[in-house]
This record gives sequence, structure tokens and C-alpha cells, in this order.
Amino acid sequence: MATSRIFVPRETSAVSVGADEVALEIAREAKRIKTSIQIVRNGSWGATWLEPLVEVEVDGARIAYGNVAPSDVAALFDAGFIEGGQHERRLGRVDEIPYLANQERWTFWRCGLIEPLSLDDFLRHQGFKALQKAFSLGPGAVIEKVVESGLRGRGGAGFPTGIKWRTVSEAAGDQKYVACNADEGDSGTFSDRMLMEGDPLGLIESMAIAGFAVGASKGYIYLRSEYPLTLSILTRALDIARDGGWLGSNIQGSGFDFDIELHLGAGSYVCGEETAMLESLEGKKGIVRYKPPLPAHEGLFGKPTVVNNVVTLASVANIVNLGGDRYASMGVNRSKGTLAFQLAGNIKRGGLVETGFGVTLRALIDDWGGGTASGRPVKAVQVGGPLGAYITAEQLDIKLDYEAFVDIGAMIGHGGIVVFDDTTNMAQQARFAMEFCAIESCGKCTPCRIGSTRGVEVIDRIIAGENREENYDLLLELCDTMEDASLCAMGGMTPYPVRSVLQNFAEDFASSGDDR
Amino acid sequence: MARPPIDKDTTSEVVRQFGARAEMLVQILQAIVMRHGWIPEATIRQLADELNLSRADVYGVVNYYHDFRTEAPGNHIVKICQAEACQAMGSRELTEHARQSLGTEMHGTADDITLEPVYCLGNCACAPAVMIDGKTHGRVTDGRLDGLLAAIKDAR
Repeated sequence: MATSRIFVPRETSAVSVGADEVALEIAREAKRIKTSIQIVRNGSWGATWLEPLVEVEVDGARIAYGNVAPSDVAALFDAGFIEGGQHERRLGRVDEIPYLANQERWTFWRCGLIEPLSLDDFLRHQGFKALQKAFSLGPGAVIEKVVESGLRGRGGAGFPTGIKWRTVSEAAGDQKYVACNADEGDSGTFSDRMLMEGDPLGLIESMAIAGFAVGASKGYIYLRSEYPLTLSILTRALDIARDGGWLGSNIQGSGFDFDIELHLGAGSYVCGEETAMLESLEGKKGIVRYKPPLPAHEGLFGKPTVVNNVVTLASVANIVNLGGDRYASMGVNRSKGTLAFQLAGNIKRGGLVETGFGVTLRALIDDWGGGTASGRPVKAVQVGGPLGAYITAEQLDIKLDYEAFVDIGAMIGHGGIVVFDDTTNMAQQARFAMEFCAIESCGKCTPCRIGSTRGVEVIDRIIAGENREENYDLLLELCDTMEDASLCAMGGMTPYPVRSVLQNFAEDFASSGDDR
Repeated sequence: MARPPIDKDTTSEVVRQFGARAEMLVQILQAIVMRHGWIPEATIRQLADELNLSRADVYGVVNYYHDFRTEAPGNHIVKICQAEACQAMGSRELTEHARQSLGTEMHGTADDITLEPVYCLGNCACAPAVMIDGKTHGRVTDGRLDGLLAAIKDAR
């Protein structure tokens, strides 16, 4: 019998719930019963609730077994799982699992499918085809494709990527840079991480395309230190790309030089803000810069710099391959294309869902997510990380669209969706928003640095029932000051979650009393 | 598995690995913390010398980032995620449980184990999440945490 290929993800979430132990046990059991297998450590498909998700290749199809524990392994072999045998963990073909089959995968299409650290596997799955195509199109045509796609920054700000690239390409400068923001600090988000772990060469390819388009010979990836497994995968992927001649000087004889330096963050949330990240890349405190000048004009070391989020960059390869118009045909209004939504917190089927904009929050939470993990009613949903508003259960029919969210005082941000059930005390969540801002503020501007601490104090007084109405007004006024006068989104948007709690869950302030 | 004590030569070696470039200061400090767990005062002075920076520059950077401890931690570090997705799955209660079973407050050390907060490990679909000595664990219950802590103690 031919050697069976068995896929066990090497991805942070899968590993965090035992994927390494499962892989080890499969190898041990196969050896014990003298069966020849090959274990492939793929990325995750993003159906995180099924992790560890083990797949077996049978006649070209990949049969999935979900939530496999090391203790299941012997029974799986007994059930003949390497030929796709029946077992209670068996889920059928992985590409027919509704959670995955119903997605529109544009950016994450290789995640789960390929072996992330195999250059051959990457090349077999269209790897570096877009870069080669970019070389033949020329920089201007690549930028036009990105403009045409309508792609906007997926880190949270939603700025049109093509316009940013055009600005950098037109900026005067002997040296330009591409800086990839992989400082994914928003709670409820993990799409950057999944992409870097599941398709690191895909990110490298897209960064090279960006460099080629704007005339940059050097790229940086600023990766947060909380992602040690990502660090090890990405470091290896960079070596593989260099060894294969896909990074370095005169890439594949094109005359284009490009290399990437990987930098680690050091636990500062605000370094996810683009100018703070540039400061940190320069070896300094991650303190926000005044804008203007824009990084596109004066960025890293004062040179014109494209700063893009991981998912933004990784979306580009297929835009070059398949066309900007095709990307723009997905989504709604000015929110073109797809977003990799991340279902997190108190949700039954948490994971990554890449689909076109315009899907409703309810569809994501109920149809994909299956409701809360606790089985209790949804009380609130925080979209867009710690600076995003808390949305009520009554508002879930809203469509995921940048502008529609702005209209209700919310934001989509990086696409993280954190679900809370009805046992949540929302006053504590409002307090946490201010507390987090106080912990993470870079300290440059007063509204953020001082306002956040005062915010915690005022909320504590409201919770304690001290001059409740007066303090309530004071808190609203403080929110206005922070929003209007802070230098960046840290202080400027911390009021969003706070205000949303005041508006939609005021009863939690009244009832919290001496609860805690 | 005690961490190696910090010494001048290793620090110089790290500086050399990063080409003695001042713009690599955050990377150099991160490499030192990963190896030794913290940044002593003497290292701040040494780095200022070797990178041609002022001590205030180096101190400022050390002081700014959460990762750069200025006191030696225990040999084991337990970080519990305090961010929203984990809160929604009971991280506040899990933190309380950890404080009681370890007998220390956040940032404190007991029995060679340091307890620290962390704001997101990117494991939000497997909340609550905990990182122990650089390894992330998901769907952590009180019982599972007890098991992981017991494993640390058994290993020594």
C-alpha cells in the first residue's frame, strides 16, 4: 500500500489544544502497527472549533476528523482512518464542511491546503506566479490593478491600498520601504497570524510585489512577540524564499532586488499604529508620530514607506493573478472584496470566515458561529477590537460594510468579532476599555494618557453609585475630549466601546452597585 | 531549566549579531529578554556604550515596552490573557484561580513561577488562553491550568 499522507496543523490554535501531541501519537501508533504514513504539518483551514483537525488523503480527497485528542488515535487506526474509515470524529471531505465550503476564499485559499514550509508545494499552488506576472506587467500596471480592486487597509483604518502605493511610487526618494504590520494586537483577531502560519510564502510574494510596484528594495515585517510559533515559521519561510532565489538581489533574473527583515515587537499594543510601529522599527519607544507627514512621504528612517497590514498585502497576489475587477465584484458599496472575519469569544464555532463584505453580523454569528458557546443569549458583540463599539443583539442585522458601521458609531477594524453572552456585566467592559487605554497609551498626548486614567476613576464612581448622573455626564464629556483631541486611534477611539455601553447597556451601571 | 545568568560577553555577542546597529535596540533587548528573562541596569549601561546611545535612550526603550522586565522573573512565566475575547470566556475567573493557586498577584513571583497579564495571544477562538514558558494553551479551564502548573512543578 502507498504511503498515506496525514495532515495535522502546525498552527498556534491547533497546537494550543494538542495538535503536536496528536501528531506525535499518530507517528507512534503508525510505527507500532508498522504502517507507512507521512505526516504533513499544514496550516489551519480556520475551522478553529474543530481543532485539532486531522485530515487523511484518500484517492485525492482529504477526509477530515475533528477535535482529535491523542487518546483517540489508537481507535482511529482501528477504524481504518488512514483509508477514510468511519469513526465518530469523521466529518467527511474537508472541502465539504459547510463552515468552509460556504466561504469566499481569496486571500486565505492556500491556508490549510498546502504545506506552508515547502517551496515546491507553494509553487505547485500558483506560488510566485503573481510576482512573475508583476514583473511582466511593470510597476504602474500593478498599482492600477490594486487601485481597481478597491482593496482597503485591513488593519483597521480602511485606507485605499492602491492610492497609498501610488503615493509612495510617486514620492521622491533614493530608498523606499515596504513595512508589513504584523502587530495584530486587537483581541478577537488572529487572521494575520493564521495567514503567516498557513501561507508565509504567500505573504513574502505579496510584499515583493509591493516592493516592485513602488520601487522599494527592502521590506520589514513587524511581528508581535506574543506569536512565537509564527516567528519560527516566518523565519524559516524567509530562509526558504532566499535560498530559492525569491528574495535577494536580481530576483529570478528580473533585475529587481528585494529582501525582508523580520522584527519583533515587545508587547506594546500601540505599536500596531503605523507611525508607532515605524518608531519601533527604528529601535525606539513606540510613540505615535504627528501626521502629516504621511509615512508614504516620510516613513521609516524618513523615507517613503508603504505600511500595510498582513492581510492587505496577502490579498494582492490574487488581485494581480485574477484581476482587480474580479476582486471588486465581491463585497458591497465602497467595501469591496472579502474580509477574513474572525469569530471569537463566547461562540460555539469560533474561527476564520473569509467572505465578501455585505454579509450580516447575524449570519456570521448564527450561521457560521452557531451562537454562543455557553448556549445563552447574545448580549453584546464587540467588532473591531478593543477600540470597537459594543453592538447589541438587536443590531445584528447590520451588514458588514465599513461605512454602515461608521454610521452607527462602530467600526469593522481588522474584522474581529467577539461575542458576549447575557451574563456579562457591560459596565465592567466599559471600565476595561479605559483601563486598557491607560495601560497601553504611548503617553504622547494628554487626552489619551490622562483621560484614560480619569475615565477608569469616573466609571468606578458611577459603578459605586456616587453622584451617578453628574459622573455620567462627565464621562460623556471626557469621551468627547478623547475622541476630538487624541493623536491616534488609541485615545481617539477608546470612547467608542465606552459610549456604546452608556447608550445601550446603561442598566448595567445602575445594577452593578457593589457587585464587585 | 534555569535561565543562563546574564553576562557581559553574551550581551556583546548579541549586539554583534545585530551588527551593532542602534536601530536594532528593540531587537537586541528582545533577544536578551528571551534568553535571560530581564534587563539589568548594568546591561542598559553596556548597551548604551556599545550602541553609542545615551543611557537615557536605552532606559527609555526598556521602560516603554511591557516585554522588557527590569527585575528577574521566576524561571517559569505564566501569562494569562486579559483581553476581551478571553474575558467573554471567563478569563477573569481563571486569573483569580491562578492567583489563588499560585499564591501571588499579577507581576509577582511565587515558587519560581511569575504570573503576568498579556493582552491577546491571538488564540481568541480557543479562549481563554494562557502562555506558559512561551507555549500557548487554549480552552483553558481551572482544572487544565492546575494540570499545566503541576507539570511545571513535576518537571523540576
